[in-house]
Amino acid sequence: MKISVIITLKKDVLDPQGKVIHQTLDGMGFNDVKEVRQGKYFEIDTKETNNDKAKAKVEEMCKKLLANLVIENYKIIDPK
Amino acid sequence: MKSSVITFPGSNCDRDMDVALKKFGFKNKMVWHADAELPKSDLVVLPGGFSYGDYLRCGSMASKSKIMQSVINFANSGGMVMGICNGFQILVETGLVPGVLLRNKYLEFICKNVFVKINDKKNKYFKNVDNDVLELHIAHNEGNYFCTDDQLKEIKDNNQIAINYCDENGKIEDQFNPNGSLKNIAGIFNKEKNVLGMMPHPERMIDTSLSGEDGSLFFKNLINNLK
Repeated sequence: MKISVIITLKKDVLDPQGKVIHQTLDGMGFNDVKEVRQGKYFEIDTKETNNDKAKAKVEEMCKKLLANLVIENYKIIDPK
Repeated sequence: MKSSVITFPGSNCDRDMDVALKKFGFKNKMVWHADAELPKSDLVVLPGGFSYGDYLRCGSMASKSKIMQSVINFANSGGMVMGICNGFQILVETGLVPGVLLRNKYLEFICKNVFVKINDKKNKYFKNVDNDVLELHIAHNEGNYFCTDDQLKEIKDNNQIAINYCDENGKIEDQFNPNGSLKNIAGIFNKEKNVLGMMPHPERMIDTSLSGEDGSLFFKNLINNLK
């Protein structure tokens, strides 16, 4: 089963990379962009076949390694 | 005094640290990250470098390596643990010191000498250092210290800020902040002050003909404080 995770920076954490991407987009003529925030995306292929159990394991992975909860939020995307 | 320097895959300041520790009288051992047991030590150092290629977040993989459980136990029982640069990033990822280290504010790798002001001398790292300001070297891409408002309050209440970026006279201002760190923080202690994480490299300042001597002051003092 493949489970996806999106990690994003929390609201009040400075994202200099997102800012530079925003400026570049602006320079390219994409002038209606209000803000860009950069994040991370993971695809985790697990042997677990039970949906809930797999999600619980991935949540544990997020808390222990994939995200740093001081600055980041994680969102687990339901497998289809 | 016995010290141990941990080598992770991608560490590159481990041997510099070995040279510095030995120069000032430590009997140092190099310890591989995959070992489980820490040799008997009075000081454990997590050196600078790019452990695990800085993948995911700097220091995140190294903080889960086998030896780190022993290092964490050692720190929790009062042992002296010092993390320099990437070692500081590893320490924040273990949670031994609060906060995180983000990308430098202006997205550039910074490699230069800086001045830092010692904020607290009631600890074994900086007790009896005559100078209030040290000139040390920094070389990092992720040294922008950040923590939550609650953590900052706790850090201040417990006087856990070790050193701040400043000018040569010890003035702590925005213009002397190289990387955007919160409150110019360059180094921080745990609550008990036996664990120190800092971005500057004292091991690069131990020879007048190569660099400077302020790292020598730090190490000479450190070994005396541990005796």
